[in-house]
Amino acid sequence: MSNLLVAENIVKKYADYTALNDVSISVPKGSIFGLLGPNGAGKTSLIRIINQITMPDSGKVFLDGEELNQSHIQHIGYLPEERGLYKSMKVGEQALYLAQLKGLSKSEAKQRLKYWFDRFEIGDWWNKKVQELSKGMAQKIQFVVTVLHKPKLLIFDEPFSGFDPINANLIKDEILKLKNEGATVIFSTHRMESVEELCEYIALIDKSNKILDGKLNDIKRTFKSNTFDIAIKSEDEKNLITEIKNKFEIFDSTIKSIDNESTFKIKVDEQTSSNDLLNFLTTKGSITHFAEVIPNANEIFIEAVNQNTNG
Amino acid sequence: MDKLKLIIQREFIAKVRNKTFIIMTFLSPLLMVGMIALVAFLTKTSLEKKRTIAYVDASHIFTEKDFQDDETISYVNLFDVDLKTAKEITQTSAHYGLLYIPKNTQIDSISNNIQFYSEDSPNMIMIADIERTIASKLQDIKRKQLGIDIKQLEDSKVNVDVKLSNFSGERTSKLINGLKIGFGIGAGYLLMMFIVIYGNMVMRSVIEEKTSRIIEVIISSVKPFQLMLGKVIGTASAGLLQFFIWSIVLSVLMLISSLIFGVDMASNVGTIQTTPEQMEVMKTAANGEAHLILEEIKKLPWISMFFLFLFYFLGGYLLYSSIYAAIGAAVDNETDTQQFMLPVILPLVLGVYVGFSSVIGDPHGTIATTFSMIPFTSPIVMLMRIPFGVPWWQIAISMALLIVTFLIVIWLAAKIYRVGILMYGKKPSYKELYKWMKY
Repeated sequence: MSNLLVAENIVKKYADYTALNDVSISVPKGSIFGLLGPNGAGKTSLIRIINQITMPDSGKVFLDGEELNQSHIQHIGYLPEERGLYKSMKVGEQALYLAQLKGLSKSEAKQRLKYWFDRFEIGDWWNKKVQELSKGMAQKIQFVVTVLHKPKLLIFDEPFSGFDPINANLIKDEILKLKNEGATVIFSTHRMESVEELCEYIALIDKSNKILDGKLNDIKRTFKSNTFDIAIKSEDEKNLITEIKNKFEIFDSTIKSIDNESTFKIKVDEQTSSNDLLNFLTTKGSITHFAEVIPNANEIFIEAVNQNTNG
Repeated sequence: MDKLKLIIQREFIAKVRNKTFIIMTFLSPLLMVGMIALVAFLTKTSLEKKRTIAYVDASHIFTEKDFQDDETISYVNLFDVDLKTAKEITQTSAHYGLLYIPKNTQIDSISNNIQFYSEDSPNMIMIADIERTIASKLQDIKRKQLGIDIKQLEDSKVNVDVKLSNFSGERTSKLINGLKIGFGIGAGYLLMMFIVIYGNMVMRSVIEEKTSRIIEVIISSVKPFQLMLGKVIGTASAGLLQFFIWSIVLSVLMLISSLIFGVDMASNVGTIQTTPEQMEVMKTAANGEAHLILEEIKKLPWISMFFLFLFYFLGGYLLYSSIYAAIGAAVDNETDTQQFMLPVILPLVLGVYVGFSSVIGDPHGTIATTFSMIPFTSPIVMLMRIPFGVPWWQIAISMALLIVTFLIVIWLAAKIYRVGILMYGKKPSYKELYKWMKY
């Protein structure tokens, strides 16, 4: 699959502070790409460079193989983390204005807005002033304006903040729908459960450097430690544990047992397959739970950042 | 270009639809006319109020004929009472004041020892009136003592009125200078007002975009420079519309109020402040210079005046409003703008002061010429000088300097703007702004 967006060796310095240090990312066409990192890592700086709000000191950005230029503005939709609307302007006029700034004609913009307003059932907001809307309502408008011009590349910075769970779900479904229609999405967030749910690819930026990137599943594979979560019912628990300890490393597990089983984590070496472990365990009692521990995005995030901090 | 048009349009509509803007557009002329009418009315009534003044003439030089009642003062002779009684009488009969002329035979010592007693400090116009009355009487007496024939003296008076011409022989009028000063000051003052009012509007609108956090969405669609330029132009269009409405409403209101009150307010306020010399000029003007003045008004370089006015008005406004925009971008709220306002206001005020003090006195003097070259004061000072005819090379230098400075300033302002609009929670210092220029 080819890449829609490629950023090569981006460096951005603000006076004596380096915001991005030689960062490269590739966003595959039609994917949802998670751009992750702690606060102040440089995510927003990178997003602003992709949006041509600021220019990199060095490095290049390509959209669809072309070096980024002004004509690409209409192919990008950006929902910033710090977002707002003109408070004293009417919703409809404002949406039209913002859509026209993205290059849509007035009639085209009106038609598409009608579609979205009907879809979100917010048609009667058209003549309301933004200051009369709640925060969540305003966020919906912002979402509509971001996707209205059907951009190839959508950039969402914390899209769910300010939404209640129902509306957050609504927005999530819309994002997935846009992806299925062929849009590529860059998704920046601190909410790892939504990364887990949505992203196929991620890049992790910490302290101005990219420390990790690739397909989320591949990353998980490299971060997994051949550890299994196990619950087993045994007549003689003490004996069982000593027996396992002789063969494998054993840790406490977080599984909640409902039937007074013994629960623990077992780490096996590279040569031992899951079947070997399973075969071994079946002889010791009845197994009620057996699962490989796969690190989630949250754990990967924390581990990678900690590793980066500790050198 | 289309985007710039969109931005200008939005800014214009946002300004024009604003309630405060609408209210101010129609209320300000009303307030202004009201104030002028009030001042005119009060001055008129305070002059018309007749005051009774008691007087004691211990010198016996004056007769009752010398103290004729006039429109504003009526005199009461207390005859030969001493000063203490006179004061008491004046106070008990609630007269406005007491004029006391001491007993003396020497005219000079009389003239220096006349006293006026009153409850509160007296109206200076009235005192000047009384002084004139007394002085003319004493002068007559003194002339008689010196043996000067008063009739001959009157006859010997000569009235000089120097007629002005330029070297090509065209006659000019002195009054036209007043007219030129009027035009110049009017234009300069108008520009300053325009810059302060609408520059501030630009600044507030930038701050609004920052605090409402819409800015990042906007500049992901347009260049910050486009946004800044659109804002400046859009606000100026709204301002020009407002000025236009003001001038129409003002003239209509003036007309109406002068019909209602039967007072030609402009001339009423005018006469109060005119000195006798000016009155003299006016009289001569009325006696035959009127057509000369008309001729000269026709001869003023209207077309070049109009274009230069346009150039300096727009140049001055654009120069300052881009600075206002940069200030707006640098701060998070209006209270933080204070520290940056002084360098903006200072040259403006300086321009107006230089204009008032030096251009009027000597439109082509060193001070006026210098300040009409310095770009930050040149729009105002040059506007004031233009009606007097400025050599073309001076205009050329001044214009060139203004254009170059404008380009530099807007470039720097755009840099500060670009960085500033995305900076939150920091109260910037001048040092910080300098850093931003280098980003």
